[in-house]
Amino acid sequence: MQPITRITLSNGLLVLLKEIHTAPLISHWIWYRVGSRDEKPGYTGASHWVEHMQFKGTPQFPAGVLDRAISRDGGYWNALTYLDWTTYFETLPADKIELALRLEADRMTNSTFDPAEVAAERTVIISERQGNENEPMFRLSEEVQAAAFRVHSYHHEVIGDLADLETMQRDDLYQHYRTYYTPNNAVLAMAGDFDAVQMLERIRQYYESIPAGQPAPHPTRPEPPQSGERRVTVEGPGDTTYLLLAYHAPAAAEADFLPLLAMDSLLSGPGNLNLFGEGISNKTSRLYRALVEGELAVSVYGGAQATIDPYLYQLTAIVHPEKEASQVIEAIDREIENLQENPPSESELARAVKQARALFAYGSERITNQAFWLGFAEMFATYDWYTSFLERLSTVTPSDVQRVAQTYLRPQNRVIGVYLPKNASLATARGA
Amino acid sequence: MATDSMLTNPVQALPGPHDILRRELTNGIVVLSRANPSSPSVSISGFVQAGALYDPDDKLGLADFTASALMRGTQRRSFQEIYDLLESSGASLGFSSGSHTVSFSGKALAEDLELLLSLLNEALRQPTFPSEHVERLRAQLLTHLAIRAQDTAEMASLLFDKLVYDQHPYSRPEDGYPETIQAIRREHLVAFHQRHYGPRGMVIAITGGIEPQAAIEMTQRIFENWQNPDQPEPYQLPPLQPLDSIKREKATLPEKSQADLLIGAAGPGRASPDFLAASIGNNILGQFGMMGRIGKSVREKAGLAYYAASGLSGGPGPGPWSISAGVDPENVEKAIELILQEVARFTTEPVSDEELSDVQANFIGRLPLSLESNSGVAAALIRLERYQLGLDYYQRYPDLVRAVNAEQILEVAQKYLNVNHLAIAVAGP
Repeated sequence: MQPITRITLSNGLLVLLKEIHTAPLISHWIWYRVGSRDEKPGYTGASHWVEHMQFKGTPQFPAGVLDRAISRDGGYWNALTYLDWTTYFETLPADKIELALRLEADRMTNSTFDPAEVAAERTVIISERQGNENEPMFRLSEEVQAAAFRVHSYHHEVIGDLADLETMQRDDLYQHYRTYYTPNNAVLAMAGDFDAVQMLERIRQYYESIPAGQPAPHPTRPEPPQSGERRVTVEGPGDTTYLLLAYHAPAAAEADFLPLLAMDSLLSGPGNLNLFGEGISNKTSRLYRALVEGELAVSVYGGAQATIDPYLYQLTAIVHPEKEASQVIEAIDREIENLQENPPSESELARAVKQARALFAYGSERITNQAFWLGFAEMFATYDWYTSFLERLSTVTPSDVQRVAQTYLRPQNRVIGVYLPKNASLATARGA
Repeated sequence: MATDSMLTNPVQALPGPHDILRRELTNGIVVLSRANPSSPSVSISGFVQAGALYDPDDKLGLADFTASALMRGTQRRSFQEIYDLLESSGASLGFSSGSHTVSFSGKALAEDLELLLSLLNEALRQPTFPSEHVERLRAQLLTHLAIRAQDTAEMASLLFDKLVYDQHPYSRPEDGYPETIQAIRREHLVAFHQRHYGPRGMVIAITGGIEPQAAIEMTQRIFENWQNPDQPEPYQLPPLQPLDSIKREKATLPEKSQADLLIGAAGPGRASPDFLAASIGNNILGQFGMMGRIGKSVREKAGLAYYAASGLSGGPGPGPWSISAGVDPENVEKAIELILQEVARFTTEPVSDEELSDVQANFIGRLPLSLESNSGVAAALIRLERYQLGLDYYQRYPDLVRAVNAEQILEVAQKYLNVNHLAIAVAGP
């Protein structure tokens, strides 16, 4: 790993820089510590809506001017809102990167939130939600998440509930923006073809004059331990049954998180934490063999998200057209019990490490992905979390894997969700 | 600000004759390779001439089924052995079927390139199509079709192809229909493979942490003894009857929250002299910035849709040139009206100098980004060969883009899009 620069400016903005001189490109990411986790009932979806409003202009860059300017330079740019964070990135030819610095420093404080633009965006976001609702997996996942979190704000989807999308007002959004978009609640991460000393000077020019804000509130209500299996069903159109099993899982910074990822690698195949970069197939994973080769399901995937607070380890399967969800659940339980009773072999774990090494190599090809990691890791831990990942993964032992399987993959700790197709014959529709 | 880059000459960083090695093997396979010395991994990409155009009408989906089954077992290895080799190395290899060709792509750490090529070779030349896997795949394909039937965007696309490509092979879905998938037997897969899989017309590109000379020699050693005298002549597409009116149809998907629309016609193929002007025009119409003029009208001004954009597929034949949007079922008419207004404007007025220069700058500026990863470079090499663009294409590209003017864009817009001769496909509740 190349050395990185990690420094906090006088206004609290944390800056991470990584020089990479393989292509004449620079990727600029600004991360805000705000996401659906920070939203109260009545205001769900506020973080995502604020992200949309950040493209609606400032006095210096009116709507349309900024996206035009970046696109004109051949840039690749987007924004993402998630449970714990909101991020904006631009990857540009190296000699054009000043544009990203100017633009992001400007919209950290100067977005206008024009009421007419807020009104137009309301219907756009409702349309985005309707598009999601067309997908059976979205509908199922939303209900499972809600069932898994009765108390914690991970309860609701990032996009927000329709009721709130219909009622939130301009000032609610603007206040959310002003509360969380401060330098001391942000991380600036850049990777690419620059000199770090010179780049830091330029960052200071653009960002250091922005005054620090009040410390941003992150009031969370811890989810009490779950003490019995919960089941939800969603009915909808189609012929296909979907299954989603969600187990409460450790937070990313907890010691059990990497053993959990190793366990997932054995059960459902190597997870790809890269935002940009190729993944690999999972056809030799234990669950693929049991479910898909066993003709109980046509596909199975699993994975855990790296989050600040404990979130979920999820397994999803599309049920074979001639089978029932309950048969799939039984087969998954057999595989889990096997892992709880018998530690995996050393060689199976060594294989998981080699797979992770390959995925890291693939992810490192894109400067955008390297800059992503600089900031992403800081959202729930520090950048060391990423640089030490492979080393830590290689120290996971068979008994660690057995222990996390015993600790987290208990029926009492899970929510079972089944999407039942209305069109299917009774035999195949009967679920959990 | 002029010279931020620490690299001396960014233009030389683009692939060209100076760093692409190309060789045609004696059996017809064309191999291209380019090194990325800083990369610890390699990408491969390529295709064979075994796409869905060769499907009989009563067995639509045969090419796709065959491609899906290639890695289910070979004369040397079982399904689990194949994937154990791949996944234990953190490597990947997969096939996907298109209308003209079956494409493959793979990735591995550089030390595992030979493994990747050997498995590709076995899958292409010695698949055994084990019966139990054929049945397992059939269930997977049928489930995919059941999911497709519930997907508003996919159903709009199926309907669109039916309207635009009436009586033309492009009207047929590459993944077939449930009844055609049910009609396919194992022996059909075997026969399709025997006839259509062969070295003629095959192209493979290898990029990343490998010397091009070594990559080509390795490919030669593994693939040069492949022969298939049964391979048919390259497929000749029949002419397409252009639309002569508005053709509109709806696929009803009950209980969906959103409708998808697709409006357009057949566009130029990738190798057509019209393609670059059409591509720049398309970017102005529905891609640049926040989805171009379409995005501005349908999303930004009217707030009707989360996505509303245009696409030009290119490809070996007259692929679609279309505008898509996902809208509230109540707003379908309003969205169609706004889109038709933009098509009318696009086909009657030349684009502005400002719009043109924005998109030209975008096309030129984004080149390094699209060629950053090994798989991006491999895809670029495949394009060079497939459409005979020339090894120096990416170096000529900025000049080609700058040479396109507003009159040429209007001309191709009028040639391919006519507001009175369009297909309008809607899928939703």
